[in-house]
Amino acid sequence: MSKPRIATTSLCGCFGCHMSLLDIDERILALAELVEFDKSPINDHKDFTARCAVGLIEGGCANAENVHVLRRFREQCDVLVSVGDCATMGGIPALRNLVPLEECLREAYVDGPSVFNPGGRIPDDPEIPMLLDKVYPAQEVVRIDYHIPGCPPSADTLWKTLTALLGGTSVELPYELIKYD
Amino acid sequence: MSEGPRFTLDGREIPLVPGQTVIEAADAAGIYIPRLCHKPGLEPFGSCRVCTVKANGRSVAACTYPASPGMIVESDTEEVNAHRKLLLEMLFVEGNHFCMSCEKSGNCELQALGYRFAIAAPQLEFQFPVRDVDASHPDILIDHNRCILCSRCVRASRDLDKKEVFGFVGRGPHKRIAVSSGTRLRDTDADVTDQALDVCPVGALLRKRVGFAVPVGQRLYDKVPIGGAPVVPEAPVAEEGRA
Amino acid sequence: MSTSLENAIVEVCASVGNEPSRLMDVAREIQARFGCVSAEAIDGIHTHLGVSRPTARSLVSFYSFLSEKPKGRVVIRLCDDPVDRLFGHDRVLKAFSDELGIPVGGTTTDGAFSLERTACIGMSDHAPAALVNETPVTDLSTDKAREIVAELRAHMSPDRLVKKLGDGNNGHPLVRSMVENHIRKAGPIVLTEHHHGEATRKAAAMSPTEVIRSVKAARLRGRGGAGFPTGIKWEMARAAPGPRKFLVCNADEGEPGTFKDRVLLTEFPDRVFAGMTIAGYAIGAREGILYLRAEYAYLRRFLEDVLAQRRAEGLLGKSIAARHSFDFDIRIQMGAGAYVCGEESALLNSCEGLRGDPRNRPPFPAQKGYLGCPTIVNNVETLACVARILDAGPATFSEYGTKQSAGSKLLSISGDVGMAGVYEVPFGVTLRDVLTMADSRETQAVQIGGPSGRMVGPSEFDRTICYDDLATGGAMAVFGPDRNPIEIARLYMEFFEDESCGFCTPCRVGNGLLRRGLDKVLAGRGEPSDLVQFEEVARTMKATSRCGLGQTSFNPVLTTLASFRPLFDSLVKEDPKKFRRSFDLEASTREAARIRTGGAR
Repeated sequence: MSKPRIATTSLCGCFGCHMSLLDIDERILALAELVEFDKSPINDHKDFTARCAVGLIEGGCANAENVHVLRRFREQCDVLVSVGDCATMGGIPALRNLVPLEECLREAYVDGPSVFNPGGRIPDDPEIPMLLDKVYPAQEVVRIDYHIPGCPPSADTLWKTLTALLGGTSVELPYELIKYD
Repeated sequence: MSEGPRFTLDGREIPLVPGQTVIEAADAAGIYIPRLCHKPGLEPFGSCRVCTVKANGRSVAACTYPASPGMIVESDTEEVNAHRKLLLEMLFVEGNHFCMSCEKSGNCELQALGYRFAIAAPQLEFQFPVRDVDASHPDILIDHNRCILCSRCVRASRDLDKKEVFGFVGRGPHKRIAVSSGTRLRDTDADVTDQALDVCPVGALLRKRVGFAVPVGQRLYDKVPIGGAPVVPEAPVAEEGRA
Repeated sequence: MSTSLENAIVEVCASVGNEPSRLMDVAREIQARFGCVSAEAIDGIHTHLGVSRPTARSLVSFYSFLSEKPKGRVVIRLCDDPVDRLFGHDRVLKAFSDELGIPVGGTTTDGAFSLERTACIGMSDHAPAALVNETPVTDLSTDKAREIVAELRAHMSPDRLVKKLGDGNNGHPLVRSMVENHIRKAGPIVLTEHHHGEATRKAAAMSPTEVIRSVKAARLRGRGGAGFPTGIKWEMARAAPGPRKFLVCNADEGEPGTFKDRVLLTEFPDRVFAGMTIAGYAIGAREGILYLRAEYAYLRRFLEDVLAQRRAEGLLGKSIAARHSFDFDIRIQMGAGAYVCGEESALLNSCEGLRGDPRNRPPFPAQKGYLGCPTIVNNVETLACVARILDAGPATFSEYGTKQSAGSKLLSISGDVGMAGVYEVPFGVTLRDVLTMADSRETQAVQIGGPSGRMVGPSEFDRTICYDDLATGGAMAVFGPDRNPIEIARLYMEFFEDESCGFCTPCRVGNGLLRRGLDKVLAGRGEPSDLVQFEEVARTMKATSRCGLGQTSFNPVLTTLASFRPLFDSLVKEDPKKFRRSFDLEASTREAARIRTGGAR
């Protein structure tokens, strides 16, 4: 029997949740025994090679590319897990939701005190994905099956969640492991 | 067992002193009823509704409803807890609660209730309202993004500090805390020693320069749930489990 | 502070005896004279009335007819009621806006005009309608809107907009209004001839206990919609200890689509005041308050005059009807625009010069009401019934209607009907018969207003109007085949979202959640889970809201869902790929695309 496949991505996040995944330390070897990593920054696979059992989503959606990637994960994965506060609630990137988009861009590229941009041009290369009007938590873009809060969720939290999912048991986290920070 | 009037709370007979509210009698008996706007020492208010219980079959707020002999109160039931959970979600999505960057994290009662009720992520749509921060005062900060309109500061300032620094303005979704000067906190007689600063359940009213003093792991609600009672895990992270 | 403002504040405060609980009157008067209750004015009120600044500011910010920022000398408030919205409100609003050159909520730079939308002004039979300061202008069109602005520019006198006087007392010199009563069907109980002063004199010949017994024998129940037996309520207040008691008449008729109290106050004020006097006598109150909604301010001078006449005739004041110690007088307390003040404990807070937040219960108003004294709050129609019961005897009253619902009910019917107006019908009448009376054809849905308001479809038209079936405060908005019931439900939710006092979490947040959910469904972006969420949110609102508003305001959604389920089902679906249908990639990148191309907003 082939091992279940797992895919991970960081949308609008800081990769901290991925770092936390690496924090499971030597258990990563046990994880490698349990699963096959498909598309993931951990192995640098850029696209799916096969349908996956589990997709881990770090980060919310801040631009059109995030949306495309998230939708692709939804299509390719049986179970989607939102990992961390950015995916579940928007997180730090969603602080920009409190400021109009144009003002954000002007502050970042034109008016900010440390900006040197004599042309006053806001980056507009067609290759740059369009920003969304606000940052959306993952569940507002696609259906999400499980939510793991935390900034980042601890290695233990991720380990317990993954082993429960892969073992087919229900995901039940003890009190200490549900944290929003 | 002592004589005197009693009522039943979740199947337990507990004593009451005439004039006590349900939550006061429960507290005295060591039974925790979840709450946010209620705080012993402040006049009962009844706005958050998290302490809703069923008294003789009718839903009432435990913090304002008088305990009476023989009444049957249900609090820790699936039905009542489902309401509480939804109320907490409402409070989360109504404001802007970024726990990871909040000084109150770990000591925040809203957050702690989220943990207690195993809310992995609110399923209601986030509203991301645009709200102000008033950092005008040299020692005190008001961050309206985090305010849950519980009125604890209003009551404490009025009744304990005898100042009336805070009040409510607006109505419905536009209701918010305002300060007595009508403009900035620095133009009021608010002071860093005010008791009003000790009562905010969230990180909306804070003393400056004292944040993040306690390391993660040692904060109030890091290890022990608010209300203390053991929490039974209930498949917390499954979204589909809600429906 | 300017001297004129300070002098005015001193004068106005003195006119209410420098009584802090009369803050509402002070704020209204300052607003009327200066176009706002500014921060300066709040300071002055603090100094001269002894009300704290947060309390004063809270009041000013709560009521929609008060403001801290200056408003125009003429404020045009276009009624935002669902019926008005379906009868051309938007076009008229645009005409006003274009003509004045200001957006809704704006004030012209010369400080002459402000334009606003306001919750139902009780003129749904005249939709679209507006208030120009205190003057109602009815049956508006875009042309009329333009004419009104042109005329006002010339003379700035709203009362001169009235060219043709309405019927009955609308033409009274102290009213002079263009409003028509539209009494379509008068019954034998309320909208009927009576002997002036008779009810009060008969009551005076009885003991208070006998009066209560009479009202109980007539089986009178409250007409506000909840239907509590009036006699039992009175007994509670009568039994409550306290030297000072109050009787309050709730004329804060704010349920969208209701206007029958307006007609009662216009044509039968004498009967309402008689009912108040009798009720006061029964419960042992010497003081009565008519809480008149700000929207009906145009009736105030007329009502004051009716009160003065009653005093002159010995029907009000000391030793009423020559009975020693039957003392009772009435003052009019104006509201300032807040639907929630129709809730009796919110109304009492409003009378005391506070925000219209409802109170915790217990204590109930009958134990601890206005100024902490035992207080009874009765609806206008209930009190008119009281007068009739005393005048004609309880049997005449209780023979009409049904056993559980004695007497008649006034209905305010508006919307897609041939004959909008006020109907007095016996309890027990079917909805179908009512619709026939009102000349409604092909009715798709009826929103039956009141605390248990609901949207019903044709399958329920054989239900009856009474407390045990379709209970209502009296509003009946009728919608024809071309209307979208979900859009109508959305308009009601928008109303409740605006009018929630914001005190408790479930109502403050829940109404908005439901409104946005309906927006999503209407945009074709709903999912079956949204309908589940409507029910979850409604359940929590019902169980945990502090007052009747939040405990029932979800009804338009739930009852529309029950009555028009196939329509909802046709609009919501689950995406087969599990994408959220509520997320619209194109719409959410529109702003970024605009910025990138440097386009205008």
